[in-house]
Amino acid sequence: MTLDPVPVLDVDPLIDDPTTRIIVCCGAGGVGKTTTAAALGLRAAERGRKVVVLTIDPARRLAQSMGIDSLDNTPRRVKDLDGDGAGELHAMMLDMKRTFDEIVEAHADPERAEAILSNPFYQSLSAGFAGTQEYMAMEKLGQLRARDEWDLIVVDTPPSRSALDFLDAPKNLGSFLDGKFIRVLMAPAKVGGRAGMKFLNVGMSVMTGTLGKLLGGQFLRDVQTFVAAMDTMFGGFRTRADATYRLLQAPGTAFLVVAAPERDALREAAYFVERLAAEEMPLAGLVLNRVHGSGAARLSAERALAAAENLDEPRIVDQEDGKEELRNSPESTATSSSSTAPSSPSTAPSSSPTAPSSSSRAPSTPTTDPTDSTDSTDPLNSTQPSEAQQLAAGLLRLHAERMQLLAREQRTRDRFTALHPEVPVTEVAALPGDVHDLAGLRDIGDRLASGDRPAGAA
Amino acid sequence: MSRLQVVSGKGGTGKTTVAAALALALATEGKRTLLVEVEGRQGIAQLFEAEALPYEERKMAVAPGGGEVFALAIDAELALLDYLQMFYRLGSAGRALKKLGAVDFATTIAPGVRDVLLTGKACEAVRRKDKKGRYIYDYVVMDAPPTGRITRFLNVNDEVAGLAKIGPIHNQAQAVMRVLKSPETAVHLVTLLEEMPVQETVDGFAELRAAGLPVGRILVNMVRPSVVDVPVRTDVRRTDLAKALSSAGLGGARKGGHAEQLVDPLLAQAAEYEERVALERGQRGLLTELDLPVHELELLTEGIDLAGLYRLATDLRKQGVA
Repeated sequence: MTLDPVPVLDVDPLIDDPTTRIIVCCGAGGVGKTTTAAALGLRAAERGRKVVVLTIDPARRLAQSMGIDSLDNTPRRVKDLDGDGAGELHAMMLDMKRTFDEIVEAHADPERAEAILSNPFYQSLSAGFAGTQEYMAMEKLGQLRARDEWDLIVVDTPPSRSALDFLDAPKNLGSFLDGKFIRVLMAPAKVGGRAGMKFLNVGMSVMTGTLGKLLGGQFLRDVQTFVAAMDTMFGGFRTRADATYRLLQAPGTAFLVVAAPERDALREAAYFVERLAAEEMPLAGLVLNRVHGSGAARLSAERALAAAENLDEPRIVDQEDGKEELRNSPESTATSSSSTAPSSPSTAPSSSPTAPSSSSRAPSTPTTDPTDSTDSTDPLNSTQPSEAQQLAAGLLRLHAERMQLLAREQRTRDRFTALHPEVPVTEVAALPGDVHDLAGLRDIGDRLASGDRPAGAA
Repeated sequence: MSRLQVVSGKGGTGKTTVAAALALALATEGKRTLLVEVEGRQGIAQLFEAEALPYEERKMAVAPGGGEVFALAIDAELALLDYLQMFYRLGSAGRALKKLGAVDFATTIAPGVRDVLLTGKACEAVRRKDKKGRYIYDYVVMDAPPTGRITRFLNVNDEVAGLAKIGPIHNQAQAVMRVLKSPETAVHLVTLLEEMPVQETVDGFAELRAAGLPVGRILVNMVRPSVVDVPVRTDVRRTDLAKALSSAGLGGARKGGHAEQLVDPLLAQAAEYEERVALERGQRGLLTELDLPVHELELLTEGIDLAGLYRLATDLRKQGVA
């Protein structure tokens, strides 16, 4: 039903390719990003690669589904992988404070490190104010890559205000470190012991005075001490942030934009696709989660509803409707074989010996009052819908709802495809519940890799 | 009714929609509400099918009975300059700070300053009065950050007040905290009847309580109507089902006939439906245990447009939420 064939994102060649070293899953909140990352990691590992999955903020259940009660800042090996040639799967969760502390400890002498770690400004900064998570996710990714212990890193992105914040993190950090402001902040600390104030101009002293007024002297002093103590580390910060940024642009990296077939999620996905292109980041494709399908997609919502109403109606009306349906619906005759089509009205009678008698039961559908309509009909040919008919009507209503959902999903998807026809897509059929174990993740991996749409998804 | 209503929820639960519907509902009968956005996503403008909001309070909609909904997208940087100007007459110094990169620093890197500015601006709108001493806005509704970050976001003033122990920032942070922790504020959590959003709601509720922040209501969004009774009966023979489908004009009931071919997929869909209904029932149970008022909003299948927003607003009023 689509106008143009959309290229299919084939996940297996991507995860099997030894030159693929980093896969970044990004997208709006609530679209199943973390689950996608975990499922991809598991699949890649079971196909022989040595994988680490870096999750940012996994639901407890997801960690448990990998057999790990609580993920922390150290990669933990996931057990019970399937497959003969299985590689290894490690999983971890970003602990931003721990990551920040580790950087400080690794790059400063013990005395200086202690000064930084006990600084109140540092403590607030590292505990995760807006932005810290993004820097630390990038930092961690760089660290994992530098360790070179894994041949594939699958990374989830932070649930940010916008899914793009993590791309800006290195730049923000860079512009801050390049800025004059940091020198202003550091100036008083540096100047402290000096007699000459030659590089501290009047404007700057006005500035620090203002800041002191605003923030309170102690706060400013905390910031200054922090900045002075971090001074030697800043260069390293920026070098690493820049390196990670370049790593993301490198050929070994693949971005997967994750979305659900909902307007907002796909709008954000489209935005992300454009942004990645602008940043020259390699996009592998779109993972469309929670797509619905139907095994009976040939039956439209309209016909299903009409048929359900038909079954609710008293028998006599039903037969008329049945014939009318047949006359008015070329589709039904066209798609039916010549032998079955004419037979449909004749197989209708509820007096059929196989239909259980339902005269003693009240119908569950309140749309008609059977007692009123019985008068006009042959009592043997009971007007009350049989149990089978009631059930059939219910099933048809469910089906109509499903088909309407399919149509909506298709419309939102088409909007995305119209904007970005070049982006390969893989669709993941919706599951009724959440993932609770490795088998569940494996199932998602299968769905991811099958690439094609669930049965009936138009 | 609290005058500052904060709406949070896991990503993807529709908290912006619910916040907008709540603002409309609260404006009904001649009231004036301000709907504020703090995450720079322009979700409100999209919802009301309007142009991107500037940093300026704009009339967005008229509520039934003549009320008005204003909207504001709070921009941390402009809020900072605004704030400097308002309290310290630092117009030119503000510009100089900006040149130096100090504003960037304050709004993107300095811990918490951004959040303080955002909550501070919302609280200012709550307290703002006209010349006659009446409140400019009867209610302020905030489309807040998601549940996972809401407690830290609202509580950041406490932390900042501890960090900047004296000075105007300290005072400002404390003043904001007084509003946020008072009955003047209510934090509502939007969820869906799915495992992860419900789990996040339960966790978010515990965090808010622990931080002494007032939790208002649980708003269950996108609730799907019941289509068939569950459990779906299993005592009907497949052949009878095929015949029933056939009698409704859906093709032949014999093996391989069109009606017969429908039986399996339709029963499979019914099984999925049952599974979902059972799961939803379990999630409802978890929400009920929180002992907060729980309200359900129907799924608007055709997506959210203006008409849908008004419908949700009416529904919220009917349920006594506004």
